[in-house]
Amino acid sequence: MVEERKSEFWRWTESNWVNPEIDWKEAKYITLGIDVGSVSTQAVVMADGQVFAYGNMRTGSDSPNSARNGLNFALETTDMPESRIDYCIGTGYGRVNVPMADRTLTEIACHARGANFIYGPQVRTVLDVGGQDIKVIQCDDKGKVTNFLMNDKCAAGTGRGMEVFADLLGIPINEVGERSYRVAQEPPAVSNTCVVYAKSEATGLLRKGWTTEEVLAAYCRAMAERIYSLVERLGVIPEFAITGGMAKNRGVIGRLMPMIGLEPAKTKWDTQIAGGVGAALFGYALCKRGKAGEKRARAV
Amino acid sequence: MISAGIDCGAKSTKVIIMRDGKIIGKAEGLTGFNQNKAIVDVWDLALKHAKVSAGEVKQVYGTGSGKNVVKNALSQTRDLVNDIKAMAKGARFFFPNARTVADIGAEEGRAAKLDERGNAVDFAVNEKCAAGAGAFIEAMGRALETPLEQMGSLALQSDKEIPMNAQCAIFAESEVVGLIHAKARKQDISKAIHDAMASRIVSMLLRIGVNEDVVMLGGVSRNAGFVEAIKRQLGIPKLFVPEEPEFGMAVGAAVVAAEEES
Repeated sequence: MVEERKSEFWRWTESNWVNPEIDWKEAKYITLGIDVGSVSTQAVVMADGQVFAYGNMRTGSDSPNSARNGLNFALETTDMPESRIDYCIGTGYGRVNVPMADRTLTEIACHARGANFIYGPQVRTVLDVGGQDIKVIQCDDKGKVTNFLMNDKCAAGTGRGMEVFADLLGIPINEVGERSYRVAQEPPAVSNTCVVYAKSEATGLLRKGWTTEEVLAAYCRAMAERIYSLVERLGVIPEFAITGGMAKNRGVIGRLMPMIGLEPAKTKWDTQIAGGVGAALFGYALCKRGKAGEKRARAV
Repeated sequence: MISAGIDCGAKSTKVIIMRDGKIIGKAEGLTGFNQNKAIVDVWDLALKHAKVSAGEVKQVYGTGSGKNVVKNALSQTRDLVNDIKAMAKGARFFFPNARTVADIGAEEGRAAKLDERGNAVDFAVNEKCAAGAGAFIEAMGRALETPLEQMGSLALQSDKEIPMNAQCAIFAESEVVGLIHAKARKQDISKAIHDAMASRIVSMLLRIGVNEDVVMLGGVSRNAGFVEAIKRQLGIPKLFVPEEPEFGMAVGAAVVAAEEES
């Protein structure tokens, strides 16, 4: 059996939240979007198309439990019973394993729709850097996907790649952004693309006398270059918005944006919930078209 | 005439010393962080093994991913030979009918199609991604807590097909841990690992086209589970693997060195 790892520098903070200004009892439709990613799971509860509550936590080793845990985590902030939920849409890498889902949608559609909500309708390009993939999506003012590119074959440039480095360098993932700028001079990027080889390269750099922060900066730059190559291939139409966990990593995003030559759109929302928000919004649209009624009729 | 080939690889450095077309000495050592030192040390070991002095070796050729260091480390190095040519010559030395050759090392994999005279007519190289190199099986062995040497024989004890979704070694590691938690047998997981790795190499081989005889070189070809998976996926009756496949490229360099002299 694999031992529990002693160093867990990759661990990020799980969180849940409830909107105190929303009374669920007055809502016509309560919809739920569950985004089961490879690394994190978000359950977003919306009341008539407004975010009511969400939970954001790490995906466990089996998806049905992750969806359940995420939902419980979101609901524990509220006094709303689960039975009040009218419609649930599952999305993400583990979407087929969301037992409470009435239907599933791809995460591409949900991220575009979610970015439209959390950043506003002027967003035309969405970059989503998740645990195991990088997506660049172009969308219209309704958040409908018009074009996209995706890399889900290789860990380079993904959240998992960053976690591996945080672990290797012994730097908590939340501190990566700030510490990557504690360098006298910006070092050149780590040259190997493959994370396995980049790790050996990093070990070599440390042996050569580079500081931990310098190696981290070099890797953040390599991540930014890798992400940029995908962004560049699809092209950028402003505004440019970033979703997923990597949006919180200043070390990578701070190096990526000058390559793109734009400022990223700003939001007050947690960027990781975009997929879940999109899913819940699709559910809300379906409810308005009478799907929730059909569902209740079936239940009777 | 005495010639020598030095193959400075990502993980290990190999030296072959030949006299009149016969191997008379060889040595291998870890490349480590100091390539210079590794080359000099392995060179001395090989000379000792061949019972010749450095002065008696007329031609020395270098190859491998670290070949640029060979000239610096050893001033009597005459020239360098590219990896594809070294691999082709090495394959032909052991198996004169070789028409396709793949060399899988610790961090690189390469494959070439040869004409009837042994010249490479097409080739493919992977030096960017661990998914098609020995590093893949090594990383999976760590996840499976199994020494690398046992991985292949473990795989041979299974006839179960578990498809691996992940291509990337980083993602595959999580998948292996998932399989362990799902209580899959070690033998079956090991086979899945070798099948996944082999499919990377097979797709590279199919891209350039496969003619028999097919020769496998490089340290990874010592792994019987891997060779078996390649054979099965290619659907051919026999693969040719020399007894010490890791010396393939060094042998090729030594052969080129001898040819240049004559």
